[in-house]
Amino acid sequence: MRIPCPYCGERDAHEFAYLGDATVTRPDPAAADAAQAFHDYVYLRDNPAGAHQEWWYHANGCRQWLRVARDTRTHAIAAATSARVSGEPA
Amino acid sequence: MRYSFLSILANGLSGQKGWAPAWRDAAPKPAYDVIIVGGGGHGLATAYYLAKVHGIRNVAVLEKGVIGSGNAGRNTTIIRSNYLLPGNEPFYEWSMKLWEGLEQELNYNAMVSQRGILNLFHSDAQRDAYARRGNAMRLAGVDSELLDKARVKAMYPFLDFDNARFPIQGGLLQARAGTARHDAVVWGYARAADRLGVDIVQNCEVTGFIREGDAIVGVETTRGPVRAGKVAVAVAGSSSRVAGMAGLRLPIESHVLQAFVSEGLKPLVDGVITFGAGHFYISQSDKGGLVFGGDIDGYNSYAQRGNLPVIEDVCEGGMALMPRLGRLRLLRHWGGIMDMSMDGSPIIDRTPVPGLYLNAGWCYGGFKATPASGWCFAHLLATGAPHETAGAFRLDRFRTGHLIDEKGVGAQPNLH
Ligand SMILES: Cc1cc2nc3c(=O)[nH]c(=O)nc-3n(C[C@H](O)[C@H](O)[C@H](O)COP(=O)(O)OP(=O)(O)OC[C@H]3O[C@@H](n4cnc5c(N)ncnc54)[C@H](O)[C@@H]3O)c2cc1C
Ligand SMILES: [Zn+2]
Repeated sequence: MRIPCPYCGERDAHEFAYLGDATVTRPDPAAADAAQAFHDYVYLRDNPAGAHQEWWYHANGCRQWLRVARDTRTHAIAAATSARVSGEPA
Repeated sequence: MRYSFLSILANGLSGQKGWAPAWRDAAPKPAYDVIIVGGGGHGLATAYYLAKVHGIRNVAVLEKGVIGSGNAGRNTTIIRSNYLLPGNEPFYEWSMKLWEGLEQELNYNAMVSQRGILNLFHSDAQRDAYARRGNAMRLAGVDSELLDKARVKAMYPFLDFDNARFPIQGGLLQARAGTARHDAVVWGYARAADRLGVDIVQNCEVTGFIREGDAIVGVETTRGPVRAGKVAVAVAGSSSRVAGMAGLRLPIESHVLQAFVSEGLKPLVDGVITFGAGHFYISQSDKGGLVFGGDIDGYNSYAQRGNLPVIEDVCEGGMALMPRLGRLRLLRHWGGIMDMSMDGSPIIDRTPVPGLYLNAGWCYGGFKATPASGWCFAHLLATGAPHETAGAFRLDRFRTGHLIDEKGVGAQPNLH
């Protein structure tokens, strides 16, 4: 598996570290339903078989966080953008 | 037909023509008391104990492919009960006890072999951690023994004891642990369940649930609708997909785990050895191949195949532990989809949806759990209450904070 880093170009997956699902966002701790929202945010995942948005960190490269669109059934990568553009990992 | 020495002899003398299929390839009936989704080890064991222990025989196991084509047929066959935490240890020890009587129980040769598992340690801190684990096991009434370097050397002289970075200081031994023939476990449970009247329905994928109000009263399948009093899901790596059809999101991510087998060799490794300084473990199958593996790949996957970085990592671990591995040729390698839970421990529980029960979150260690998982899931389905050894495996523990995190790494499934 190779990840097309927008800064470094296409690089082998072993240069990257994986964080996980990029669609979950950290809830507001002051909100009334914060306990429920944090449970869902920390523990529950859609875990789709198919298109998945996920965070990868280019540890042995430019050290940027990337948002990668990958198919979990084939590992084919459709896009990788810098988290600076698409929103930081929450 | 009951298998016995006499049946083998009789068939040997009559050209092996007297064998009947071990189980019926059933077509689905319109309705059952209990439907089990997933014909892996856990689903089949659940069906068997429902019929055997609880007398519930109007049961079907619905499998989307052929039984045992998921993780049950892909694992590295290690069975053990060397856990640390009180929520886990009694359950895995119950499983170990069931393994010890399994072949007589099922009248099937599952090649259960209690050849021992040795977890090596390479530092003082790791020695302390393993002493603690060994003591916790003994407190739970389970065998364990802390071995020093000399005793490990007597068992496995060919390991790299004086490795510059990871010298071997000793190991924690569970002598009752070992291996079993994974396919035979599937076939043995299938045959024994079938003989008690359970329908094993293959090529029957569950594609949705039939609901009446809130409750689930059956399933839609590729072979038509089937109704049921209770629906029990045991689909391992597909847990999120199946639960998703009922509108549930689970505390689970699916990840790929790879395993490897070498060309066949004469007897070399007579137990199971795990490397403590990286993730690598090895045993030898009865056919002679060295069976080994390591970490999951670490990213969400449903692909049943992995990537090269983990292959490299596993081989590095192997070479650091056992340099002679470098002369071997690899015969095969493959992957399976793990239901990685958020704390690394399983779930055997009812769900918030009436009529729907869940058995999931086995991560990379559910083969050893097969007998107890079936026993406890059947107990829950039949009595409505959790079995005494599985009471901690609740689905709502993530909400209540009663997590069972053996490794202490938190809600990061790829690190468990
Ligand atoms: C490489 C590898 C090595 C491993 N090594 C070990 C080990 O050494 N020791 C250990 O204890 N564990 C090990 N494991 C883990 C162990 O194999 C699993 O935890 C365990 O097999 C899971 O339970 P199961 O047997 O019921 O799963 P499976 O065999 O995966 O059964 C689930 C079944 O559900 C079916 N299914 C899925 N969706 C549907 C649907 N919609 N409708 C109908 N059927 C469906 C699938 O086809 C499958 O047959 C390993 C796993 C792998 C992949
Ligand atoms: Zn980069």
